[in-house]
Amino acid sequence: MSCRSYASYYHYYLRPVAMLSELGPDSRSHDGCVFFSHRKIELYEMGWNLKEGLRNCQIAAAPYGGPIALLKEPQRSSPSARPQLEIYTSSGSPMASFMWKSGVVKQLGWTISDDLLCVQEDGTVLVYDLFGSFKRHFSMGNELVQSHVLEAKIFHSPYGTGIAVLSGAYRFILATNIEDIKLRRLPEVPGLQGVPSCWTVLSQDRQTKVLLATGADLYILDNTACTPVSPSGFSPQATNIIQVAGSFSYKYLALFTDSGHVWMGSANLKEKLCEVDTKMRTPPTQMAWCWRPKSQQPSVVIMWEKYLLVVGPCKDTIQYNLDNESVLVPELDSVRIISGTHHELLQEVPVVSEEIFKIASMAPGALLLEAHKEYEKESQKADEYLREIKEQDGLGEAVKQCVEAAGYEHEPETQKMLLRAASFGKCFLSNFRPEQFVSTCRDLRVLNAVRDYTVGIPLTLQQYKQMTVQVLIDRLVYRKLYPLAIEICRYLKIPEYQGVSRVLKHWACCKVQQKEEADEVIARMVSLKLGETAGISYSDIAARAYECGRTELAIKLLEFEPRSGEQVPLLLKMKRSQLALSKAIESGDTDLVYTVVTYLKNEMNRGDFFMTLRNQPIALSLYRQFCKHQEQDTLKDLYNQDDDHQELGNFYVRASYQEGRLDTRMSCLQNAMDEYNKAKNEFNAKATEEEMRLLRFQRRLEEEKGERMVGCSLQDTLHCLLIVGLHKQAEQLYKDFRVPDKRYWWLKLNALAEKEDWEEMEKFSKTKKSPIGYLPFVDVCIKHHNKYEARKYVSKVTPEQKVKAHIAVGDLEGAAEVAIERRNEGEISLVLSHCTATTDRTIVDRLNRTRATAGKK
Amino acid sequence: MKRRLAQYSTRTHDFEKHDHRSRDPPVCHMILVSEGRKMAAHLSYGRVNLNILREAARKELREFLDKCAGSKAIVWDEYLTGPFGLIAQYSLLKEHEVEKMFTLKPGRLPAADVKNIIFFVRPKLELMDIIADNVASEDKLRTPRDFHVLFVPRRSLLCEQRLKEKGVLGSLINVDEYILDLIPYDGDLLSMESESAFRECYLENDQTSLYHTAKGLMTLQALYGTIPQIFGKGECARHVANMMLRMKREFAGCQTQILPVFDTLLLLDRNVDLLTPLATQLTYEGLIDEIYSINNGYVKLPPEKFAQKKQGEGEKDLPTEPKKLQLNSAEELYAEIRDKNFNAVGAALSKKAKIISAAFEERHNAKTVGEIKQFVSQLPHMQAARTSLANHTSVAELIKDITTSDAFFDNLTVEQEFMTGVDTDKANTYIEDCIARKDPLIKILRLVCMQSVCNNGLKQKVLDFYKREILQTYGFQHILTLNNLEKAGLLKLQTATRNNYPTIRKTLKLWMEDANEQNPNDISYVYSGYAPLSVRLTQLLARPGWRSIEEVLKMLPGPHFEERQQLPSGLHKKRQQGENRITLVFFLGGVTYAEIAALRFLSQMEDGGTEYVIATTKLINGTSFIKSLMERLEVPP
Repeated sequence: MSCRSYASYYHYYLRPVAMLSELGPDSRSHDGCVFFSHRKIELYEMGWNLKEGLRNCQIAAAPYGGPIALLKEPQRSSPSARPQLEIYTSSGSPMASFMWKSGVVKQLGWTISDDLLCVQEDGTVLVYDLFGSFKRHFSMGNELVQSHVLEAKIFHSPYGTGIAVLSGAYRFILATNIEDIKLRRLPEVPGLQGVPSCWTVLSQDRQTKVLLATGADLYILDNTACTPVSPSGFSPQATNIIQVAGSFSYKYLALFTDSGHVWMGSANLKEKLCEVDTKMRTPPTQMAWCWRPKSQQPSVVIMWEKYLLVVGPCKDTIQYNLDNESVLVPELDSVRIISGTHHELLQEVPVVSEEIFKIASMAPGALLLEAHKEYEKESQKADEYLREIKEQDGLGEAVKQCVEAAGYEHEPETQKMLLRAASFGKCFLSNFRPEQFVSTCRDLRVLNAVRDYTVGIPLTLQQYKQMTVQVLIDRLVYRKLYPLAIEICRYLKIPEYQGVSRVLKHWACCKVQQKEEADEVIARMVSLKLGETAGISYSDIAARAYECGRTELAIKLLEFEPRSGEQVPLLLKMKRSQLALSKAIESGDTDLVYTVVTYLKNEMNRGDFFMTLRNQPIALSLYRQFCKHQEQDTLKDLYNQDDDHQELGNFYVRASYQEGRLDTRMSCLQNAMDEYNKAKNEFNAKATEEEMRLLRFQRRLEEEKGERMVGCSLQDTLHCLLIVGLHKQAEQLYKDFRVPDKRYWWLKLNALAEKEDWEEMEKFSKTKKSPIGYLPFVDVCIKHHNKYEARKYVSKVTPEQKVKAHIAVGDLEGAAEVAIERRNEGEISLVLSHCTATTDRTIVDRLNRTRATAGKK
Repeated sequence: MKRRLAQYSTRTHDFEKHDHRSRDPPVCHMILVSEGRKMAAHLSYGRVNLNILREAARKELREFLDKCAGSKAIVWDEYLTGPFGLIAQYSLLKEHEVEKMFTLKPGRLPAADVKNIIFFVRPKLELMDIIADNVASEDKLRTPRDFHVLFVPRRSLLCEQRLKEKGVLGSLINVDEYILDLIPYDGDLLSMESESAFRECYLENDQTSLYHTAKGLMTLQALYGTIPQIFGKGECARHVANMMLRMKREFAGCQTQILPVFDTLLLLDRNVDLLTPLATQLTYEGLIDEIYSINNGYVKLPPEKFAQKKQGEGEKDLPTEPKKLQLNSAEELYAEIRDKNFNAVGAALSKKAKIISAAFEERHNAKTVGEIKQFVSQLPHMQAARTSLANHTSVAELIKDITTSDAFFDNLTVEQEFMTGVDTDKANTYIEDCIARKDPLIKILRLVCMQSVCNNGLKQKVLDFYKREILQTYGFQHILTLNNLEKAGLLKLQTATRNNYPTIRKTLKLWMEDANEQNPNDISYVYSGYAPLSVRLTQLLARPGWRSIEEVLKMLPGPHFEERQQLPSGLHKKRQQGENRITLVFFLGGVTYAEIAALRFLSQMEDGGTEYVIATTKLINGTSFIKSLMERLEVPP
């Protein structure tokens, strides 16, 4: 099997045991239990030049291959000597370095957005960006100025980056999200008289808690209580707990006791995974979980000075000797080991890699790799291997394995080898779904680019998928690696809106802060580069310029903003309210216009405010609407300003209806009339005048006769008068208001019928020739069920309407008579439609006969 | 089985009774009456599946409800209950732990043992004051409830400011917006259900509804693809098109890669055609709306004709509750007759009756078990058809009583005289008589406005006469309504220029002497002779194009225009042979059922080549149109 020797250049693979001795670490494999395999990959040789290695300095490395911060203690211990703060990429390229001039730093750490946090002894937390520029500071509580911070931890949870500190009074203070600081003082731990032997922060059930150990006792501190706890199945011989480590996801917990035992279990301590005796009694320098999600092999890495031990449930441990003093950086799926010279990755060997690279493996993937190798050598053995796979019906699986394994590799050559094999195997498959292959190639290309020494973000595929490409792009942007970020966006075809535009926006935001360049130059550069790129928010860039005190630049930049609505808030902030108003109007969003208008109203004096509105008719009419419902007096002022007499007239009319007292109503109407006159609206002026006259008349009538009719229309007033029999007054009104005859006749007719004053009706019908004819008389009588009276008027009805009149009084014979006489087709049909065949036989016959003869003519 | 049904109904009843203050009518009617999940089926019948829009709206609603974890009570701005009924039934709300519903009103909220109180409101300042009052008077001793506000259709800074001033903004957990611009109403119909749109645009110069229209059209384009061609006529149409183009620029880059469903968008201002809504609609659906008014897809009818006479039960008491019917194309028979001229409905109904009874007769022919089984399987459908037939026969009878009355006939005669240009320049005796008899004011206003529109304004003498008659008869308070009508152009003074209505009528063939009501060959059948101007414009746009009527377009108010929206390459539609174009016609300021019927008629024309989907700010008729322009002034006590 010499042909399968590539396991040799796959040198960090730790199986079989025989090979381990060559590589350094010594594995003590016990009684052949389940596989327990890890590999250590060198990520970078560090580019920094640290004379003393990591000794005498505080170090903080951000997870997900983030930056590293070092705080070097001064060489000389003179009081004037200051520590040096340095920031590096994961590959050790310097990004910033400056003298630390503030207070004593207790803890360094990174936020999820790559900001450096320095927790000082006095409780102040200073925030710096990646390039060492100071951003802001905040305090973890005033009491710390007195009591001091003893220890601090920086942690990440779904809520963001948090800080936990232990005060000199042995109290824990917590901030779960430094972007939205809400300090929480956790309850006191009973009997705590000194620094706990170890503690950590856990994020469970949407709550952040502190787990601490003092001697053999373990407590959980949450918002309300301090609860003593004991891990399930904790060996009785265990005495003091001296080290604790939570897993990356806070689901698991490891405890190290001074007896050298490690307890591993769930974070709620209820489930135990295992307990391992390390045989080491000295306190470890660091302990961290090293566990790929979904894997079956939980393990913990423990470090003592230059000695590293990997332990897990199978009692199988791996040891490494380290050359230099190192720090462990726990990751989602691995642990990174940073030393003064090297940066390595320790991870569990993925099952699929193991299957492929295991010596003498017969897994389909291993065979496919072999087949491809033979194919490249143009050997017919390729075919043999392929047949072997096909016999097992495992070609699909083989391709999948190779693709998956490629994803786990850091060395591009190995990736390529595996991917070529997969691609080779794919040729012999029909209907193989290419998505996984394509996406793996794409992802690896991105990963290789960011893992590059010059960029220094050593992400694994799993980490990359967890953090998402959006976050990766953000990280590149924080590092000002704009070209690379844009290239990735384009390569992955991320919609411009979320990709390129966002990067360019950051670039522009960064650009506007460059104080040495002139406004014009920057504005031109920005617009040149961003141009019409979709989804660019120029207003965000402008806002940044404004924050930096460059108002003029901000205004220039805002001109490029296509969304006028977006410009408004910033323009208001910059006190360019006139411009804001026209932009709001341009956007068409009336709510925005309202917002600016209310802002202007509070900002300006009334005169200027009205003047501004006058120039913006849309804003003015919106404001009028607002006033109509909210501020009637302002409305009047607005109309007055514009000399809009018509609207003023309307305003007073409306006002008159809101008044209960007749006098005030009258004076409102008087005003209305004056305004209508000024508006040259004669009709309205006259109508208003008539209304006032009517009201006066009604009042008088009310006073004299006690009839309540104030507010009624003229028609109703007349009706009332006629009903109560005040005919003289009715007559007077009718004349005064020049009511048309027709209407008056209708009115009187109806009123008399309602009163059933038939006598008066008959008199009325004879006063003069009715302007409405006599059919209404007939109809009205019928309506009031008086056929007898109705008949009286039938004869007076005009010939055209006579048929209708006869029908109305139920005289079909009469109707037929007239219809026949008039030989009117329509009328004959009308009569016919009222006849029933049985009772009106003769009439029907006569009508039909007439129709027939009429038809002949 | 029977018992279970009974239990179910009591439960429903409990729900209705929830409100402790019994004088308050519960607001759940809209949601309870709709018939479960079936309801949305009618939306997918049309050429364009409007269910996508409805589903998108439902999804958003669910997401918001889930944001407020735990049991909830909804406090409704009553105006919204109707439109919401078209989107979601109570079942959906219930699935998301909505246990109680109240109507928004000042004072203390009714007791309800829920975790969340959600206000569903339009962004109106006066409603904010009520919310503030509700929140402030919350009993401090009870377990605290979380308050949320959901603005429909859009949040408003102004309203939030008001809440802040009132000191309650801080106590609101979620303040969100529910973007409900275009509500799917039927398979080919979208409405914004905003009744004041015309008034706001033309009287108050408030273009909020146009902004919502543009936003709604953007949402529509996000779901159905960019509409490549936009045509329009009128000031508002121009404004909406401008906003759309601007918004498209603003959102450049997040364009949807969807093959466009609509080929053309036609934006029409209502004021381009003021005549049509004033005329009495003569289609079946139009008449139902004219007489009983359809609200959010429902109509309430006098119950007498719907009394169920079952065999052996003898005379039952007549029901007193109005009969409520849902009207949409989900009902097969209704879909068939809704757009017919009412004169053709009787024949259609009797034909249907024959088919149904023939279908029931089939049972005698069913001999084999298989045949019987097949018959039985069709029974539910047949029974539904029979109920539907019975209902519509009753409705048709109700309508017939009115359409055969003299009053209806006289009114129609005058309308048609106006539309054909007979004596439109002098005071009309019929109107005079109606005023003298004090017929309903809206009827008078409809006629007077119609005369004015058909005469391109009235002479000073005539106008003043009408106005004076109206004020003297119906009261001085209507002076403001008259002002409004003048401002909106419905009533106007004839200026020196000549009356161009006859030209428009002749060029656009607005009056067809020989309208065929039974088997129509032209859209004029919907008004028995009058072809709605708006629909004629739509028809001419499709063929032969507006260039042929430039002169007439210039006589109508507002600009006419054409815009093209660039499509991303690859999204250009390749039309199949014989595949119709789809045009979305948007009526800014309302559309009548008769106009919809006319457009559906055009869609179905064999050689038409264009199908229409209709969108509007609100479904209107002459009465509701005039009403929306009236000024409500109460005579003080």
